[in-house]
Amino acid sequence: MELKGIGLEEEIFKISKKSEKSMKMEFKGVSLKESDFKEKKILSLENKPNLKYAWDTGVAIGRFLAELKQGRLIGRKCCKCRRIMIPPRMFCEVCFKPNDEWIYLKDKGTVNTFSICYVSWDMQKLKEPQIPAVIEIEGASKMMGILHLLGEVEPKEVKIGMKVKAVWKEIDKREGAITDIKYFKPI
Amino acid sequence: MRKAAIVGMGYTVPQTITPQLSYREMIFEAAVKAYENSGIHPKDVQSFICVSEDFLEGVSIFDEYVPDQLGANLKSVHTISADGIFAIISGFLQILTGKFDIVLVEAHSKASNILNPNEVIAFAQDPVYNQPLRLNPHYIAGLEMNRFLYSSGNTREQCAKVVVKNKKNALKNPLSAYPAKIEIEDVLNSALLSDPLRKMDKSQHADAACVFILASEKIAKSITPNPIWIKGAGWCSDDPSLETRNWDEAVYAKLSARQAYKMAGIQNPKQINLAEIDDSYSYKELQHLESMGLCRKGESGLLLEEGYFEHDGSLPVNISGGNLGAGFLFEASGAFKIVELILQLSKEAGCRQVKNASLGLAQVWRGVPTATGAVIILERED
Ligand SMILES: [Zn+2]
Repeated sequence: MELKGIGLEEEIFKISKKSEKSMKMEFKGVSLKESDFKEKKILSLENKPNLKYAWDTGVAIGRFLAELKQGRLIGRKCCKCRRIMIPPRMFCEVCFKPNDEWIYLKDKGTVNTFSICYVSWDMQKLKEPQIPAVIEIEGASKMMGILHLLGEVEPKEVKIGMKVKAVWKEIDKREGAITDIKYFKPI
Repeated sequence: MRKAAIVGMGYTVPQTITPQLSYREMIFEAAVKAYENSGIHPKDVQSFICVSEDFLEGVSIFDEYVPDQLGANLKSVHTISADGIFAIISGFLQILTGKFDIVLVEAHSKASNILNPNEVIAFAQDPVYNQPLRLNPHYIAGLEMNRFLYSSGNTREQCAKVVVKNKKNALKNPLSAYPAKIEIEDVLNSALLSDPLRKMDKSQHADAACVFILASEKIAKSITPNPIWIKGAGWCSDDPSLETRNWDEAVYAKLSARQAYKMAGIQNPKQINLAEIDDSYSYKELQHLESMGLCRKGESGLLLEEGYFEHDGSLPVNISGGNLGAGFLFEASGAFKIVELILQLSKEAGCRQVKNASLGLAQVWRGVPTATGAVIILERED
């Protein structure tokens, strides 16, 4: 978190004078350099919160993660609306009742949508783009699936409707996390 | 004026940890019980109001994650960042508009999932003036307690008595996480946190979820023969600045109580039969009682010693055990105060039942470093 105070009053004054004169009200702002902060020309205050959480996975997420560690995908079935849900939850949000059965699902599916991402999470340009995709898992109901990455495929070859399959981490490297699947690759 | 009532509720039992359930599963349990308790179906609910604070959940824009477990999928939902009592007040106001007849309110705490809650509290302080000092945030309660004892004349021992009373009350409440039979000495001998505040003066966290169903006057009686009416409400924030706020009294409690009394047509706060109020720290119970005019300035400690606030006293206070006995539930703290009032006013409080309870007050404070709180007054009409 950063609080910025501007120390360059003169600069701002000049700019606002200029914009008063012109008919168009332009607020160009003041360009700042990294060094302006380092040299304390700009008053600022840095603060990093030290926040830590450990979420209870409960029944549904807990079982889902335990199965990932075994290299399996599991969902839940609601016997009323007959939907098979993945990721699993212990209640059906449509019928608003506890759902009924655990069901193992295949580790493959169909690309519902994808994007080719050229920047990292902190906006650095990536050498190799990442391909996030929503994968509808085979055997689950429509619009039920997993958000993951696609791999072993050229970005320009990826198509909506493409069939893909999970590529798992080696068994001793799995830790009960969504990253136990490395990516999905075309079948 | 239109009226609104609470016509059903559901909750999970406050516990120190709840690893067996995710927050969604915990809230689902409370919601199912509330629907069962009221006979209302999710499709009949016109508006859902939740409370959560992102830093307590560990997820930003947490309000996106609430609909499924409430049966609120594709319906009107919104979340406010405040205590559950604020959500009940919002639901109450929505019903008063005449546009809504059934509103659901949800509050929960997964406090055990926050690994360093002191950091969350510290992060609420002013980032320029206060945070750089890197003090454990409970020093703020130490500052306030010191000034309160100085200006009110109440004693350190009387604050300890609050802890003894509330933990004892919690022994009779199955919805409590920290019941205990202790003596005043136990509190006075517990570790110093920030003088005069000691470890046992401070309430401890618990996890739980709570859901209420609110209804308009038009339909309340068709849902339950004994609706619990919302008679008055008030909410208020004092100066957030630690440097310039009034440390002598809880101004937010005074003004929100005044607003609630006025709405409820209460001339004299003595009309109130029982109160469930904030006791996040021992002295807060005494300070809040005095600020809300439930006793005179400087008298709360003496009245406490005389048994005035006990189960059989003139004004039973925190019969649930309060935050000290039942647990501090962050934004769900107020919700569980309402739970106790409803049980008492419905004459379903079992061995804790307060005789002739018909008009109850619940009050909440959002904890350090805030000076924000709310008051609500509930009544059973026979
Ligand atoms: Zn269903």
